[in-house]
Amino acid sequence: MSDYSLPNPGTIEAVVSDEPRGTLLETLHEWVITVDHKRLGILYILYSTFFLLVAGAEALFIRIQLAFPHNHFLSAQVYNRFFTMHGTTMVFLVGMPFLFGFGNYVVPLQIGARDMAFPRLNAFSFWLTAFGGLLLYYSFLGGGGLYGVGNAPDVGWFAYAPLTARSFSPGHATDYWALALIVSGFGTFGTAINIIATVVSMRCKGMTLMRMPLFTWLMLVVSMLTLVTITPLTAAQFMLLIDRYLGGHFFDTQAGGSSLIWIHFFWIFGHPEVYVLVLPAFAIANEIIPVFSRKAIFGYPAMVAASVGIMFVSLSVWAHHMFTVGMTSTSNAFFTLSTMLVGVPTGIKIFNWIATLWGGRIRFTTPMLFCIGFLFQFLIAGLTGIMLSVSPWDWQLHNSYFVIAHFHYVLVGAVVFCIFAALYFWYPKATGRLMNETLGKWHFWLFLIGFHITFDTMHFLGLLGMPRSIYTYQPDRGWNFLNLVVSLGGMVQGVAVLIFAYNFIASLFQGEIAGDDPWDAWTLEWTTSSPPPVYNFEEPPEVHSRRPLWDLKHPDDPDWEYEA
Amino acid sequence: MSTVSTRLPVRAAEWHLPYKGRVGMSALIAGESAIFTIFVVAYVFYLGKSVTGPRPSDVLEVPIIGTICLLSSSLTIWRAERAIEDDRMGSFTAWLGATIVLAITFLIGTASEWKKLIYQDGLTISTNLFGTTFYSLVGLHATHVVIGLALLSSAFLFSLFGRVDSRQSERFGAVALYWHFVDGVWVVVFSVVYLIGR
Amino acid sequence: MQAKRIGRLARFGSVAAWLWLTSSMLAQGPQRVPSTLAPASTPAHQIFDLSVFVVSITGGIFLVVGGLLAVALFRFRARKSDSLAEPAQIYGSTQIELAWTVIPVLIVVVLFLTTARIIFAIQDAPKPTAALDVTAIGHQFWWEFRYPKYGVVTANELHIPVSGNAASRPTFLTLTSADVNHSFWVPQLAGKTDLIANHINTMWLDPNTPGLYLGQCAQFCGTQHALMLLRVYVDTPEQFDAWIKSQQQPGRQDSAVAAGRKVFETQACMNCHTVSGTSATGRFGPDLTHLMSRATLASGAMDNTPENLREWIKSPDSFKRGALMPAMQLSDEQLDQVTAYLETLK
Ligand code: HEA
Ligand code: HEA
Ligand code: HEC
Ligand code: CUA
Ligand SMILES: [Cu+2]
Repeated sequence: MSDYSLPNPGTIEAVVSDEPRGTLLETLHEWVITVDHKRLGILYILYSTFFLLVAGAEALFIRIQLAFPHNHFLSAQVYNRFFTMHGTTMVFLVGMPFLFGFGNYVVPLQIGARDMAFPRLNAFSFWLTAFGGLLLYYSFLGGGGLYGVGNAPDVGWFAYAPLTARSFSPGHATDYWALALIVSGFGTFGTAINIIATVVSMRCKGMTLMRMPLFTWLMLVVSMLTLVTITPLTAAQFMLLIDRYLGGHFFDTQAGGSSLIWIHFFWIFGHPEVYVLVLPAFAIANEIIPVFSRKAIFGYPAMVAASVGIMFVSLSVWAHHMFTVGMTSTSNAFFTLSTMLVGVPTGIKIFNWIATLWGGRIRFTTPMLFCIGFLFQFLIAGLTGIMLSVSPWDWQLHNSYFVIAHFHYVLVGAVVFCIFAALYFWYPKATGRLMNETLGKWHFWLFLIGFHITFDTMHFLGLLGMPRSIYTYQPDRGWNFLNLVVSLGGMVQGVAVLIFAYNFIASLFQGEIAGDDPWDAWTLEWTTSSPPPVYNFEEPPEVHSRRPLWDLKHPDDPDWEYEA
Repeated sequence: MSTVSTRLPVRAAEWHLPYKGRVGMSALIAGESAIFTIFVVAYVFYLGKSVTGPRPSDVLEVPIIGTICLLSSSLTIWRAERAIEDDRMGSFTAWLGATIVLAITFLIGTASEWKKLIYQDGLTISTNLFGTTFYSLVGLHATHVVIGLALLSSAFLFSLFGRVDSRQSERFGAVALYWHFVDGVWVVVFSVVYLIGR
Repeated sequence: MQAKRIGRLARFGSVAAWLWLTSSMLAQGPQRVPSTLAPASTPAHQIFDLSVFVVSITGGIFLVVGGLLAVALFRFRARKSDSLAEPAQIYGSTQIELAWTVIPVLIVVVLFLTTARIIFAIQDAPKPTAALDVTAIGHQFWWEFRYPKYGVVTANELHIPVSGNAASRPTFLTLTSADVNHSFWVPQLAGKTDLIANHINTMWLDPNTPGLYLGQCAQFCGTQHALMLLRVYVDTPEQFDAWIKSQQQPGRQDSAVAAGRKVFETQACMNCHTVSGTSATGRFGPDLTHLMSRATLASGAMDNTPENLREWIKSPDSFKRGALMPAMQLSDEQLDQVTAYLETLK
């Protein structure tokens, strides 16, 4: 028994937040030059919220066009640009920056560090990502080249060669696409390095690897996966630019080049990428579900092992996106098996979450509601993933709306739901105020209903033979009614997102004051004030278990007595 | 500010974490390895698939001197690392200088090889698949040598002006790690391009 | 036995799903749904039966896991009457965790073995000597079909013979592309297979009922990917033989439309189109030798009527903006003449 230097929540004097306020320009300047991980985290999140609205609006345009057969709302070219930009934006400018934003904000706080390992690299990475986004959207103006009419890339987010070759894709739109992703890719790469170094080298005293909060653990795993995921894409993009600008032949079918190698390279990136998106969502659920069921996470070591397992297995399944390109039957069988195996560690996670809920005392706050939505939806999405991995069936389902439904179920139903959960959960920490619960519930229920109207229906369109990436369809195919339903669901989601946006801004001024620990949670970020001071902790904390605040709140029954 | 005392486990051993620079550099190397892997795979995949000549066996000569230089530079930088750890700064500067000279020799070798290929054999990046993959892969590696050279040179300048001592040994360790990586990649590139692919 | 039961289940599922889905649609005119749930050829059937099996397994998993989740949420919701103390903390249990690792592994093994059987059955099926060979070549926004044994070339509308129990005559397709990647997909007949330049793929169909089956290109291939539609006519053996015979004829020479033919041969048309028996041998666009034997124009973008044909030649953009046929700037008179000429290409 010795001294335990963890500050008692609520006892830190609140002098720190009383910095003198400068002019607007000074404040802006401060935010631009900041190297503070919390400010950068917030910048990331604002940036991705903005692009969520933009790409969401693009989705709504897509849905208006498809609401009726032979619709003339968008022309073929504009539609193709919109779905390309929608997919690219959602994956690279919404999903990744959101998740790395949370990583930035939360990880140093959870491990009791003062900042990231390399604060300046951190700022640099953010601005690279931001610049990448600008570059991508600048293509709307500059994509046609100096004299052409402006346009944006229209090759799909997977940009299969040789459609991207100069001869099939003149102008500069494709170059903007490649450059933007290279630039933001370097930003992501930098952040991943930073998070790894932070988690490995900056943990506070006593925080051994097996005492790290699961959020931090998963951010570490995601960052490691990112290292070997985003870089193949960068390499392939360089090859594409070599082809387009230096007359190279990597993907030039006239000179013996191969389209297949691009497809392989893209999915060697693309498949692990989807786990890069979903693991942080798991990370968020790992924090929120225990807190609102009032129980320790069930099977912590298994959760860690499953995450690491997913990381490794996900590197060997990429060709399940390629069942129709004509691989040998043995390859098809191999990738079917490896893909199905991902279900095992993922299943462990689902079961552990259910076991965490079991015997708990579940509080249905907005963040928890979003996590529950996530659990159901991810279960379904995972099972449709298993259906897709059945390669003969995938010969039917590939590139149909069934696939669109599958991946929106994961990307929206799991990732976006968890992002919303995280926003509600950590908002009070970052701003000092809670978001409005009533509006939050409206947001949740509307979004949930809209989500299911939209994406449940899409599965049937796929089964009825509707391919993706089509700007219009024939009225005699039997897809009319279902498409209309899908489009209406999209509109409901739009309303929900608008409510969220209002709540997000309004709560900044009217929200209830949160205090340090509004949710009665257990990890280190809740020991410091809300918002935390620049230096995070008055004194470097020291921990003895996975739930330092539990130990503090239950001195008679601390966690470390049970942890193996 | 109050602290609470609780029942606590026996005090953990002293708290030691790895140096963040080294961790960061290892992470960078892992990512870079993936980039190189992609380029190497492309090179191997397209071996013998060029529609027109020249073929590798027609034009490539094994760069023995360059390779010896680059590989031995791993040795010299290792000596420099040891020197800076023991605060032998004169020796450090000398070994570092030797590393730089070896690196420059390597780059000169590559430059003259490319000159021959372009002007004598007419092989450019747009000639055929071999040209495309060859210049990309070797060029990617050469770019890394140049970056490493810039890092080494700045360390060298600092040490000439006496601004480096053993307190920077960990930082220099990270740079050296990068250099070892560049060397290691060359072993792969060399085997693929000049041994297997010829 | 097992297989039979699955088959019966499958057929039942098919009918039910079919009825439910079609009736729930706002039907506008005759519907011809390219549904994967209404297979009409062996590969499609095998896939459908497999899918029923997979759905029942995954559906079972969903019921069990989703059910547990629902029960947990309901039973352990916080109530006003709860005491303030925290619930019992449980950190894990090796036995339970082992169980829910092993059971999924077993399920995966079952799923995989079933799948692997079908993969090999479809993909490595031996090719009977009676099989019909067709080469399909994808072009930006239209399909080229070649029947090498018969010297027939056509576009967009594939004719194949029915392959019932009486006469087994499956069609083996060789697929490749002239430009970017495309994908051949007629859901009722088989899964899709991509058409890739520099790369030969194969697939086979053995439709058991004559009729028209719709499909379309399933790999994004540029601006008009959406209008790269595909029609497969499954003919009775007699119909098919007759069709082949008529397609083998060279383009009809009718002196009444000589003016139109002249336009065709003096404008750039012949650089891109073939009409066999004439000097027009272009291969960039569809073969027009028997244009009038097709029900649609420009891979299904419109019905093949004289008005549409004229309008298409005048301005392809008005039907299919972005199609790679340029507007040829013909005068009205030339348009009438060339349309009249094409109308004779039966
Ligand atoms: C966050 C994103 C995300 C996630 C997590 C996943 C998860 C999975 N995905 Fe998905 N997927 C995408 C995003 C994602 N996917 C995207 C974006 C595309 C399309 C890209 C494009 O073409 O544009 C795609 C496409 C895609 C395809 C290719 C389809 C095609 O184009 O033809 C396949 C095929 O196998 C597939 C499979 C799977 C599987 C098996 C999982 C598994 O990880 C799911 C595992 C989970 C479970 C299985 C449920 C829980 C487990 C249990 C309850 C245990 C018991 C279960 C069993 C024993 C089976 N996905
Ligand atoms: C994280 C990823 C993500 C997310 C969240 C979404 C969200 C949505 N997506 Fe997207 N989608 C992709 C990733 C994502 N998508 C990808 C990768 C593709 C493939 C692209 C490709 O093939 O290349 C795709 C493709 C895709 C298609 C297929 C296009 C095609 O193949 O032809 C469709 C069609 O319905 C669609 C719909 C939707 C809808 C309705 C939503 C909704 O959930 C959106 C809800 C959000 C909103 C509705 C925002 C509301 C905002 C406002 C109303 C205000 C706007 C105001 C201002 C801008 C000021 N998506
Ligand atoms: C630059 C090449 C080019 C020229 C010149 C050209 N065409 Fe075409 N044509 C095409 C292409 C490509 C298509 C297929 C368009 C599609 O379906 O997307 C096509 C389609 C057609 C079709 C529909 C064929 C079918 O099977 O549905 C007709 C009819 C036709 N062209 C007639 C003409 C006539 C008449 C001329 C001259 C006045 C002409 N074309 C000149 C390229 C050309
Ligand atoms: Cu051809 Cu899409
Ligand atoms: Cu995948």
